[in-house]
Amino acid sequence: MLQDKRMFNRGVQDKLLFAAIWAAAAITILFLLWVVWHILSNGLAYVSWEFITGSYTRIGEASGIWAMIVSTVYMVGLSLSIAAPIGIMTAIYLTEYAAPGSKVVKTIRFCTESLAGIPSIVYGLFGMTFFVTTLGLGFSILSGSLTLAMLILPVIIRTTEEALLAVPMSYREGGYALGSSKIYTIWRLILPSALPGIVTAVILSTGRVIGESAPVFLTAGMVTQIPESVLDSGRTLTVHLYKLTQELFTQHEWDQAYATATVLIVLVLLLNMTTKFIATRLSKS
Amino acid sequence: MNKLEVNNLNLFYGDNHALKNISMAIPSRQVTALIGPSGCGKSTLLRTLNRMNDLVAGVKIDGDVMFEGNNIYKDVDVKQLRMRVGMVFQKPNPFPMSIFENVAFGLKAQGVRDKRVLNEAVEESLRSAALWDEVKDRLDSPGQGLSGGQQQRLCIARAIAMKPEVILMDEPTSALDPIATHKIEELMDELRKKFTIVIVTHSMNQAKRISDKTAFFWMGELVEHGETSQIFNHPLDKRTQGYVSGEFG
Amino acid sequence: MSTASKARAQGLQLAPAKKHDWKELFFHLLFLASAMIGVVSVATIGWFVFQEGLPAFKEAGVLNLVFGREWLPPALYGIFPMIVSTLISTTGAVIIGVPIAILTAVFLAELAPKWLADIVRPAVELLAGIPSVVYGFFGLVIIVPAIEVIFNIPAGNTILAGIIVLAIMILPTVITISETSLRALPPVYKESALALGASHIYSIFKVLIPAARSGIFTGVALGVARAIGETMAIIMVMGNAPAMPGSILEPARTLTANIAMEMSYATGIHSSALYSTGIVLLVFIVLLNASLLYLNRKRSD
Repeated sequence: MLQDKRMFNRGVQDKLLFAAIWAAAAITILFLLWVVWHILSNGLAYVSWEFITGSYTRIGEASGIWAMIVSTVYMVGLSLSIAAPIGIMTAIYLTEYAAPGSKVVKTIRFCTESLAGIPSIVYGLFGMTFFVTTLGLGFSILSGSLTLAMLILPVIIRTTEEALLAVPMSYREGGYALGSSKIYTIWRLILPSALPGIVTAVILSTGRVIGESAPVFLTAGMVTQIPESVLDSGRTLTVHLYKLTQELFTQHEWDQAYATATVLIVLVLLLNMTTKFIATRLSKS
Repeated sequence: MNKLEVNNLNLFYGDNHALKNISMAIPSRQVTALIGPSGCGKSTLLRTLNRMNDLVAGVKIDGDVMFEGNNIYKDVDVKQLRMRVGMVFQKPNPFPMSIFENVAFGLKAQGVRDKRVLNEAVEESLRSAALWDEVKDRLDSPGQGLSGGQQQRLCIARAIAMKPEVILMDEPTSALDPIATHKIEELMDELRKKFTIVIVTHSMNQAKRISDKTAFFWMGELVEHGETSQIFNHPLDKRTQGYVSGEFG
Repeated sequence: MSTASKARAQGLQLAPAKKHDWKELFFHLLFLASAMIGVVSVATIGWFVFQEGLPAFKEAGVLNLVFGREWLPPALYGIFPMIVSTLISTTGAVIIGVPIAILTAVFLAELAPKWLADIVRPAVELLAGIPSVVYGFFGLVIIVPAIEVIFNIPAGNTILAGIIVLAIMILPTVITISETSLRALPPVYKESALALGASHIYSIFKVLIPAARSGIFTGVALGVARAIGETMAIIMVMGNAPAMPGSILEPARTLTANIAMEMSYATGIHSSALYSTGIVLLVFIVLLNASLLYLNRKRSD
């Protein structure tokens, strides 16, 4: 009798937990759909060629985001061209040169993990004092890119390291057994084999640079003109969305905010699809 | 004439004494087989002959390995040594590139850029490895798309392209089916005319079929070394006898 | 002619080892130098933040700064309200977000049919990639007005709005890492639980989740770090009043928001106080990682 009751309770409990799991997954998906649908449904209609390629003035009808797109592209390009070589070379050092478990490796790993743990606002704080003021680079694409380069460095190192470690040891043996030098083997054999992983690292960092905002406006400023050089200030898309949301009065301003958010979501979608594409191609070959 | 001579060689992995006072001579243009149970040190010895053990952390070597009168552990250029003492591995390890690029890899690493020289070298090496007829129409397709046996012959061609004098083979057929194994053994019969071959094998039948000299290793020691027929038919040491008759291994 | 054939042409002698292989040495040093940049970066950031933050600690006193209840630059620099707001918003986000995330991870790893998991997983990745300002915007236009209506208050920019936005934002981090650690468990765990007659659900909660504990802890810790460090989304929905909040239906300012709101015009001690805010933030992150280490070490004992 008691046994029966316990079995019965167990059955009810199982059903409740089962329902909780499905409910949790449903909540996750519903929130995502809600965020994406809400933004796209309100923003897509306003995304036009004129909006994307037009210029922007704070007061008046000009509401395009071309300058922000250019600033974002500069920011992505420059911070990646600083961080990618350094990160990839660091990963090469860690996997191909340093003795595993040595003090040097432990120090480097501890430091990159610490970098990954620092909140992005602290990068903004540091970048503003160090790059903008101390080095005198001013609020500029360069200051912003240097700051973001530090921020994405751990991602690039970690992802590239994983890709290099996945290259079979037998390639290295084969290369060295032919009498080829270490650097040639790395350059012609190991790096090409790890290329999909390295590209993934770069895409992940691109997403990170596009998505950051706090450290960006503290170092690159918010000027809404197309930067003419890396020493000019520029406003990225995320910073633009933030500034727009501070003044939402007219329908026109709402439309701009939704449209800018739409552009950001579409960019993230494209990046995710590219990583998926690379991943499937990788698993095929 | 001896191509390689090992004198009083001791090798340690940390505290593990993996090779104990090995001395043996490897004659030119013959096939020398290294046999013995797993962990007896035969592969380790093979890897000392082109200094592949340098890649392993914590290896300590004491004693001499002479190649053409040079002590390879004293003051020689390791890259050049490895060009002249080529190696083929247990598992075929073609690089993730085309058949052509696989064979040309070593030459390109030496800075050879001349397309004609490369073409000739690739064809010649593939012919020597008895692979040319099978792949001549698809040199641009990936080397990893070949069958296991073809991959191993591609790796042999890749080693031959460096025009080595010695080819070290570390259980080259253990990952292959009998037909592919047979092809490689036939190929070795051709290769022995031009190259000195040292092969590590688990299969005593293979050693019997292909080798001129056989060396039996047991727990890091070289127990017996001599003509293959003598080792298999009239072993002097009881341990050798036990192993070749299949009592242990 | 290749080096090897040259050597052969000259006779059988092997060339002696080069004393210094300059090319190899150059690249070795280049890679080492690159690897040192990460080390130097951490050192520079740490040194700068502490160097800049010290004057405020000296001027106001550590206790007054950390436990001071008033933030009135340039007179008073008490960040206790911000510490409290950060702790409340993070805790709230964890209470709401973590259970949903772990259950979603269980769903993906154990219950979902493959076709459904193949839809949900990329969706979670998309959730991870959406910029925080977009979440902030969503919070501003949906959650803030909803709070106004539901609780009948004049301004919905409250801690509660921050909690909800943060809860959504930490979902992908916790889900992804928990799912990975659940999938990494050897199948024998589940098989032996099922073989004992336990139901699937029972074995998930009594065997699998405890076994994947350290991975789940790591995911939660990363989620907490994201919540503590989040800046823009919080600024957009939480109202940012630097006063001690009386309830979660009041506006509040987190540590991160304090830095972002005032950094662009702060000078002197004011700027130093913002650095002190950054130091306190870093202390939280260090404590978080230390407790994660402690939890995971205790488990392996």
